[in-house]
Amino acid sequence: MSTETSPISTRRSLLGSFGKSRSSSEYIGRLVVYTLLLIGVIIMISPFAFLISSSLKVETQVFQYPIQWIPDPVRWMNYVDALTQKPFILYFKNTMVIAIFNQIAILLTASLCGYGFARIDFPGRDFWFGVALATMMLPYYVTMVPQFILFSRLGWMNSNLPLIVPYFFGGGAFNVFLFRQFFRTFPEDLSDAARMDGCNEFDIYWRIIVPLSTSVFITVAIFTFMLSWNDFIGPLLYINSPEKFTVALGLAQYRSMLGVGRTRWDLLMAASVAMMAPILLLFFTLQRYFIKGVVMSGIKG
Amino acid sequence: MSRTPEFSALQSPLGRFLHWFKTPSGRRTITGYLFISPFILGVLFWVLYPAGMAAWLTFQDWNLITPAKYVGLKNFQTMFNDKLFWQAFKVTSIFTFVSVPLGLILSFSLALLINMKVRGLALFRTIYYLPSIVPAVASAVLWAWILNTDFGLLNGVLHYFGIPKIAWLQEPKWTMPAFILMSLWGVGQAMIIFLAGLQGIDDVYYEAARIDGAGSWAQLVHVTIPMMSSVIFFNLILGVINSFQVFTAAFLITNGGPQNATLFFVLYLYRNGFQFLKMGYAAALSWVLFFIILIFTVIIFRTAGRRVYYQ
Repeated sequence: MSTETSPISTRRSLLGSFGKSRSSSEYIGRLVVYTLLLIGVIIMISPFAFLISSSLKVETQVFQYPIQWIPDPVRWMNYVDALTQKPFILYFKNTMVIAIFNQIAILLTASLCGYGFARIDFPGRDFWFGVALATMMLPYYVTMVPQFILFSRLGWMNSNLPLIVPYFFGGGAFNVFLFRQFFRTFPEDLSDAARMDGCNEFDIYWRIIVPLSTSVFITVAIFTFMLSWNDFIGPLLYINSPEKFTVALGLAQYRSMLGVGRTRWDLLMAASVAMMAPILLLFFTLQRYFIKGVVMSGIKG
Repeated sequence: MSRTPEFSALQSPLGRFLHWFKTPSGRRTITGYLFISPFILGVLFWVLYPAGMAAWLTFQDWNLITPAKYVGLKNFQTMFNDKLFWQAFKVTSIFTFVSVPLGLILSFSLALLINMKVRGLALFRTIYYLPSIVPAVASAVLWAWILNTDFGLLNGVLHYFGIPKIAWLQEPKWTMPAFILMSLWGVGQAMIIFLAGLQGIDDVYYEAARIDGAGSWAQLVHVTIPMMSSVIFFNLILGVINSFQVFTAAFLITNGGPQNATLFFVLYLYRNGFQFLKMGYAAALSWVLFFIILIFTVIIFRTAGRRVYYQ
């Protein structure tokens, strides 16, 4: 930006070389960049600020115009009210049960399949890997109707089974893909050496490759947790009785229930914060794995 | 491990097959298929079987309760004359044609800005990515409040600029801009992928361009964009596929209204299948959704795909 006068200097000198003198146009350029980025930050952050601010207001202050940003008084009880009006603790427990089964299913079967695709050479492998890539492009909603009929025939309605069992079959092509890409980076000598020592393929997978791959396991575990925690259409289709609701379903029902009469936006916002909290906590503690996963999907895909 | 083959076992095809089991390549094949067997079974159970059932369903009239009735191509005829189908198609297409290019431009520009060796790169990246991880249901609830006419954030901010209140969720002409705005809040996902791509471009290309006298703009057009074409292409495909799958927001914020202005395709599919219990018609809609996405993907591959530069 704004470097018509000194085209050559831009990139290098922008590296943050303190001592060197900079031309004024460069300063202006920097200023423009930071200003734009800061405006962007404000736009991105303001919904969160609005959310948290609304969740801590007394009800009368929620309906104040123009917006009062700092709640006065700060009403922490909103959180207690929101989470006790509906049995959110129960929803939380229900979701965690599904989440734990999904973790076992996906980490186990996706890594096994990823290993097969990455480290065993057999006829038909590339064909099946092509199938895996193709199913990655297949949206959930396309198979939603026939899957629903299938599960209802199996008598799985109003149970967790439709939300758990399918993941035991490879855990989704995307996860298989992530494992495969990671497992391919180990040299073949590693496997050969293990074979010399009498290991079979499963031993190599279980005792050598898996212990060396914690980072990809963490990445997939994070995505899996987000999938279980955020899933809405699945529970919406398959769970009917309120005592089996997940957090997502509970919050959605809370919203539509409140929509009938006077909407308690303060409580809705508090419940939304509560739903976001575990995900945000996970994000801030394991941020680099998030980024790594997103980047792996993009660059190599 | 090599064994002397037993002569008798080699005579019948079955015997040969059994013998092949014991050779290294046979064992490797079996081990390989054992490892990927969950995936193969998964494709069978959750993709091929549903696809077959959907194919059968499209020719049926079935409400899950009374026996299915064969109706031939009636479901497709109904669809062709169904105003709501065309409305859903229109809504989804407009959303795709506006939100995907806007999102790409915005996420690419943000990635370029952040990549200008700014200080606090990690912090900017974190903040821009943050909205992408918000659960869809929580995000829908939050945006329903942001777009509230009287007390919402958006009108509150516009108020500072002297813009009168807009009924974002009640007036049909304003719902689409509102949904597009909402989708742009999530540009961080694509931005991260772009950023990683930008960081992967070797500096020598820029140096060479500078020696040839290229300014910033020329470097962007002749180095950055060509080098990034495969990443742009990936984000474009992903954006289109995702934009055809808007459901949660439309379901929770407006439930298709006002006057079907947010009747997104998947929402209409959901209604037919699970509210009206028209399984045959819903299956037909599923196939149409599949082919629309397929056609879009093929078009993008044909037009943009050619221009992609692979290293």
